[in-house]
Amino acid sequence: MATLDSSRPAAGALFAGLSLRRWKLIGLAATLATACALPFLVSGYQLLLANQVVVYAIALLGLNILTGYNGQFSLGHGAFYAIGAYTTAILLDKTGIPYWATIPLAGGLCLVAGFLFGLPALRLEGHYLALATFALAIATPQLLKYKRFDFLTGGVQGIVITAPDAPFGLPLRGDQWLYFFCLAWTVLLFVIGWNLLRGRTGRALVAIRDHPIAAATMGIDNALYKSVTFGVSAMYTGIAGALGALLAQFVSPDSFDFFLSVRFLVGIVVGGLASMAGAFFGAIFIEFVPNIADQISKAAPQAIYGAVLIAFIFFMPTGVVGMLRILGARLGRFVAPGPGR
Amino acid sequence: MSAILETRGLSAAYGPTQVLQSIDLAVEQGGIATLLGANGAGKTTTLRALCNMMVRLSGEVRFDGERIDGKATEDIVRRGIGHVPEGRGTFVSLSVEENLRLGAHTRRDKQVARDFERVYGYFPRLKERRNQQAGTLSGGEQQMLAISRALMLRPKLLLLDEPSFGLAPLVVQEIFHILRTINQQEGVSMLLVEQNANIALALAGRAYLLETGRIIMHGPSAVIGSDESVRRAYLGY
Amino acid sequence: MQAFLHQMLSGFATGGIYASIALALVMIYQTTHHVNFAQGEMATFSTYLAWQMIELGLPYWLAFLLTLLFAFILGAAIERIIVRPFYKAPVLSVVAVFIGLLLIINSLSGALFTYTIKPFASPFPSDAWYGSAYLSAHEVGMIFVTLVVLALVFAFFRYTPLGLAMRAVAENPVSSRLVGVRVGWMLALGWGLAGLIGAVAGTMTAPVVYLDPNMMFGVLLYGFAGALLGGIDNAWGAVLGGFIVGILQNLAGAYVVGTELMVTVALGIIVGILVIKPSGLFGRTIVTRV
Repeated sequence: MATLDSSRPAAGALFAGLSLRRWKLIGLAATLATACALPFLVSGYQLLLANQVVVYAIALLGLNILTGYNGQFSLGHGAFYAIGAYTTAILLDKTGIPYWATIPLAGGLCLVAGFLFGLPALRLEGHYLALATFALAIATPQLLKYKRFDFLTGGVQGIVITAPDAPFGLPLRGDQWLYFFCLAWTVLLFVIGWNLLRGRTGRALVAIRDHPIAAATMGIDNALYKSVTFGVSAMYTGIAGALGALLAQFVSPDSFDFFLSVRFLVGIVVGGLASMAGAFFGAIFIEFVPNIADQISKAAPQAIYGAVLIAFIFFMPTGVVGMLRILGARLGRFVAPGPGR
Repeated sequence: MSAILETRGLSAAYGPTQVLQSIDLAVEQGGIATLLGANGAGKTTTLRALCNMMVRLSGEVRFDGERIDGKATEDIVRRGIGHVPEGRGTFVSLSVEENLRLGAHTRRDKQVARDFERVYGYFPRLKERRNQQAGTLSGGEQQMLAISRALMLRPKLLLLDEPSFGLAPLVVQEIFHILRTINQQEGVSMLLVEQNANIALALAGRAYLLETGRIIMHGPSAVIGSDESVRRAYLGY
Repeated sequence: MQAFLHQMLSGFATGGIYASIALALVMIYQTTHHVNFAQGEMATFSTYLAWQMIELGLPYWLAFLLTLLFAFILGAAIERIIVRPFYKAPVLSVVAVFIGLLLIINSLSGALFTYTIKPFASPFPSDAWYGSAYLSAHEVGMIFVTLVVLALVFAFFRYTPLGLAMRAVAENPVSSRLVGVRVGWMLALGWGLAGLIGAVAGTMTAPVVYLDPNMMFGVLLYGFAGALLGGIDNAWGAVLGGFIVGILQNLAGAYVVGTELMVTVALGIIVGILVIKPSGLFGRTIVTRV
């Protein structure tokens, strides 16, 4: 039944003589090449969408580190996305700090905010963290609108910011440059994430998720790991928010409502929990599906999110990535029957 | 005499772990049978399998002549099997009387009030404490409550899972004395699971010996109780 | 002083709503350890139905009763069809399913009844004799209705065999099976009752906040806050907690932060309870798993 298990189906995956690992590398290289070529191939609007996918992928990776790998909940990651976005917007609006320098600042602030928010929930069952973050998600727009913060946040009006131009006289349009800027952050954060998750740290996170008591007896400091994980996760999502603000050239309270947080949740479930590639599939899903569904009716995107969420948990708890793995394993057996690893 | 409960080839598993292997046993109408065995032999599992509870089972279970394997626990209970579970299953936050009223949950007849007096007659201490929270009762009293709760169902058969567990010898004697009375006066059949083989053999007419999920010996209690190897292994002398 | 008293009483009135939602949440939590994030949406949807029936010309109280019946069936059906397959699933799956449910019901409200805010009439005439400087007639009526519902629920659990069986299931489902209680139906019944209580809260709230698909978000948060304050495994503690957060909210709104931060106050209360006393005032201490 619907267990959220990250253990990979032992892929007896020999496909046309290549190991699964090799296929993954090829896929990765192809994706990167396509991603780099994209700005020169598609129109401005399509590039904007692609860029949004890249940004969402960071946010989803952040949430996935927390939920997928560490088994902690957050129904409120939209709040950290908002903090990141507003940090960048306010800094650009009020100070002379260059745009690229606001990104790490936004990330740092979210690291601290996430760490602090995660603290009370450390010693509590999953439900409580879900509850607290749910409340956070609902309260976020209201806090952003609050009159006494108007001087910073611009209240209901939000803040308009100008997008950066390409530096060093590079022959790129503004949106092309911004795309590469975001892409570079994404690659950087994914590489960092990959290094974190594949080693000792990753094993500790998964151990805490699956066997908290055993993890503690093996000398893993659960509380510390969990709170730091919450912080790191918030940092990822915050950086995504900061980049998202540059991309939208505008921040306003109502774009950071509860449904943004829900979007992230849908994204990781659809993409695949505890999977880095899953963040990308999830990002594609949450960027494009609502856009298409919106044309049916205003209620449609939400209804689809809801139905997809339940359907995935029920039928495909390992998400798109899990589906691909199973498919790959079947294909492998079909094309080149042979012993598995 | 005909059997009220009979199993044929009853096997049971928790998930992938097979615990019982093809058990054949029978409890005679109005009789008492006991199932003896060491820790982990599968005694509790047998009782659970009979009620189709928490285990995956295969094989045949007949109660009162009808197949009950595969039926829902609730329905099996409603046919007249009172299960006094391992750990007594007390509803600790409810009062003693509420516990008993739950025992009569399935009944719609008018005799329930009389049955309260009946079980209070067996266990007067419960009457004294009827408005007390059941969780505050002593272990012995909770065991009495569990038996009483099962009796409120007016069962034809009682399944008793180690009623002596963790109780002082005197309390055990009292409880077993009352079990005998209930059996003799009301004709309630019983299947008794015990580690305390001495006292179980004294009460039961038939005994089954369970070892790692199989019945390795069975017969009249007197015969089993005087068997040399059984005495060494289970009776401690 | 008069203003203060007004705030207190008014807080008591809203507290009744929160208490109802808190009770509904705790009823579901007690039996299955699920936090029903869709509780508010179920209530909203039921309230829309009441609105529709009143629009069609049904007398208010008839519509009210029909709505409660519908809400009961809706709750029970959701348990039977959607929630049931997930009883053995990990918490994360369960929470995700509830969020999915929230989204679906919310969008259903929007799709069927549009996102336009609608006024919802109060059944209590505004010039009624019981209105006063301290409380509007609707607030008095709201207090009356919620107290009656809470009393009925209390009596149901305390004095009926079915109520006893439900309490038994909440405490020990295995033992309940062994006395022949149909545990599955009791769970569905619990959901039905929770849906019904939520519908009462929804119809009583709508005249105050106006009807829109998101109207119960804030109320749900306060319901959570109330439930946590009282102890999420203690029904009557949760009811008391609901009343307390209602009063707290009104006082905070009047004297501390203003009315714009209502939801944030709920967040503050929730986080505050989790930091200071996660088991709530009357709940059992939560056993910490490392």
